[in-house]
Amino acid sequence: MIRSHVLICGGTGCTSSGSMALRDALEKELEVKGLTEEIKIVTTGCFGLCALGPVMIVYPDGTFYSMVKPEDIPEIVEEHLLKGRPVERLEYHEKTGDHHAVSSLSDTNFYKKQKRVALRNCGVINPEVIDEYIAMDGYAALGKVLTEMTPEQVIDTILASGLRGRGGAGFPTGKKWQLARNLVQDGGKKYVACNADEGDPGAFMDRSILEGDPHALIEAMAIAGYAIGADEGFVYVRAEYPIAIQRLEIAIKQAREYGLLGNDIFGTGFNFDIQLRLGAGAFVCGEETALMTSIEGNRGEPRPRPPFPAVKGLFERPTVLNNVETYANIAQIILKGPEWFASMGTEKSAGTKVFALGGKITNTGLVEIPMGTTLREVVEEIGGGIPNGKKFKAAQTGGPSGGCIPAHLIDTPIDYDNLIAIGSMMGSGGLIVMDEDNCMVDIARFFLDFTVDESCGKCTPCRVGTKRMLEILDKIIAGKGELEDIDRLEELAEYIKSASLCGLGQTAPNPVLSTLRYFRDEYVAHVVDKTCPAGVCKHLLSYEIVADKCKGCTACARVCPVGAISGTVKQPHTIDKAKCIKCGACMSKCKFGAIIKH
Amino acid sequence: MKSLAELAAIKERMKDKVAIREGSGAMRVVVGMATCGIAAGARPVLGAFVEEVNKAGLAEKVTVTQTGCIGICQYEPVVEIFEDGKDKVTYVKMTAEKAARVVAEHIKGGKIVEEYTIGNK
Repeated sequence: MIRSHVLICGGTGCTSSGSMALRDALEKELEVKGLTEEIKIVTTGCFGLCALGPVMIVYPDGTFYSMVKPEDIPEIVEEHLLKGRPVERLEYHEKTGDHHAVSSLSDTNFYKKQKRVALRNCGVINPEVIDEYIAMDGYAALGKVLTEMTPEQVIDTILASGLRGRGGAGFPTGKKWQLARNLVQDGGKKYVACNADEGDPGAFMDRSILEGDPHALIEAMAIAGYAIGADEGFVYVRAEYPIAIQRLEIAIKQAREYGLLGNDIFGTGFNFDIQLRLGAGAFVCGEETALMTSIEGNRGEPRPRPPFPAVKGLFERPTVLNNVETYANIAQIILKGPEWFASMGTEKSAGTKVFALGGKITNTGLVEIPMGTTLREVVEEIGGGIPNGKKFKAAQTGGPSGGCIPAHLIDTPIDYDNLIAIGSMMGSGGLIVMDEDNCMVDIARFFLDFTVDESCGKCTPCRVGTKRMLEILDKIIAGKGELEDIDRLEELAEYIKSASLCGLGQTAPNPVLSTLRYFRDEYVAHVVDKTCPAGVCKHLLSYEIVADKCKGCTACARVCPVGAISGTVKQPHTIDKAKCIKCGACMSKCKFGAIIKH
Repeated sequence: MKSLAELAAIKERMKDKVAIREGSGAMRVVVGMATCGIAAGARPVLGAFVEEVNKAGLAEKVTVTQTGCIGICQYEPVVEIFEDGKDKVTYVKMTAEKAARVVAEHIKGGKIVEEYTIGNK
């Protein structure tokens, strides 16, 4: 008889920090102790606290262990699983407040404010066992729509829920479905597609759902198929997600075996099947028209819209294309009702949103919060604040298409419209926190560098325009900027936004525009004073040795890779600024705080 | 899958198996499993509780779990039953047979088995 379940995270984050070795060690130890009949090991999807991986939860008590190593396993088995005494030294410790050990996952500050809808099964079920998904009401929503609802009722339900696209643009999902349904009533071919080409740097919620709850996607796509009258679906997933692809393949196979994909599902005469298509790593293929062109077997380049995919999509047929996280909400809306969903979040942004917290923040990982939660709650409470006592400067949302939210707007409730109003956007949900040591010009350059790399080159404003903007930024960072360059940046940005063919180009200037809007003084400092206030931009830095503090220990001279530091032992040293490459090695080596940068 | 009944059957069969991860049964049976408890025979007691609770079809409502030393080693194996809004009940010197009776009378029937409780020693 099984009396305890040990859940080990098998998401990409924890796998790379060694969770599979942990599982093997646990399996072995349970055998040695003769506990295999009593304790069950379950490999799950992502729990969300990736920075603390590998993570492990022991049920029924819900003890949450973080950063567990295979060497810790014998102690956990002996003490906890055999004797019932949780191993406190391995329990998760709160990063803020009194650092007390928190034994249960749901008691941590990181989880308390979260509301898990799209991620509800991630870290709870074994994603490779369809029965576990079914136990959590899986495929009940598909059963309900096929036997009790008309396609129109399904669409009305999604419309009433207020669900908007979680891929970033926030288009009402129900409207998309309605368009595709109403267009062709002649029984002609239509398609359902899923955008799993998650490309924004730092965003990984879709991967987490694919790895942790792949059946949720399959079920929702079948529901969409029924709603619009399609019998074929495509999932476009990036090849850089091997675990996600593998789990999705297993899930599709299991669903077929159970007859939840295929012909005559639930004996209702409804047919639906899904195929996978792997992306080859081009960011632009996350743009819907480029994605569909790629599925068709062509070079992944966008085309003008309209016609929108709902009118003319895959193979020129009406197509509903939604993002993974959007689909992950569908079955729950069907089962719990649109009112339940609409009761979460704000008036115009219903439900929850998953954010990938990263950057200068204590708890990095995935969080799912009701829309309307303020940035302050996310950063200070869920995220555990900024490490090392630094000050919050800004948060970047929406990745290379978005913008930054400065400190004075930290109390803004996060939803689609508020973010647009302050010059950022929801995007796919990357949330990168920056502190006083981040240079905003440098951040803008980072994102622009990314879009220049990823521009497909089909249209001139994006191909040439973003490159010119990057050159101007490089000039500013090198200390060769002029005030006119800032105006040129703004002018170029407007042209690129209005004239680019697809979303990639239309949003590429956003990081520059939004940093200019809130941190123009930093640009001016780079251009006029030739300094980088945050001390990031190398060309504008200079290192100096304070003679009073220098003991002449020679540590800095020995570590300098270019031999720029000279001086005799026990005498103050000096840095030759012409030779210095500003690597900062001397500063981190000095024990006396004698080296300063400015 | 040709009918909803088939789906319901799988759910029924599986739900007890995942219920343990909810960790929020209305009633909690806690078995003291420190060295003293194990030495006194707590392991078969724990096994009996898990089995009997499952047999009674109460796996969703009742969580069987373990704890360390409760502090009254001479009365081991000790089992405590917690229920929302009620005083906890402490059973002492438990055996597998006594466990079966506690499940039948207390957990299922709602009537405390007074003669096994600590107050009676």
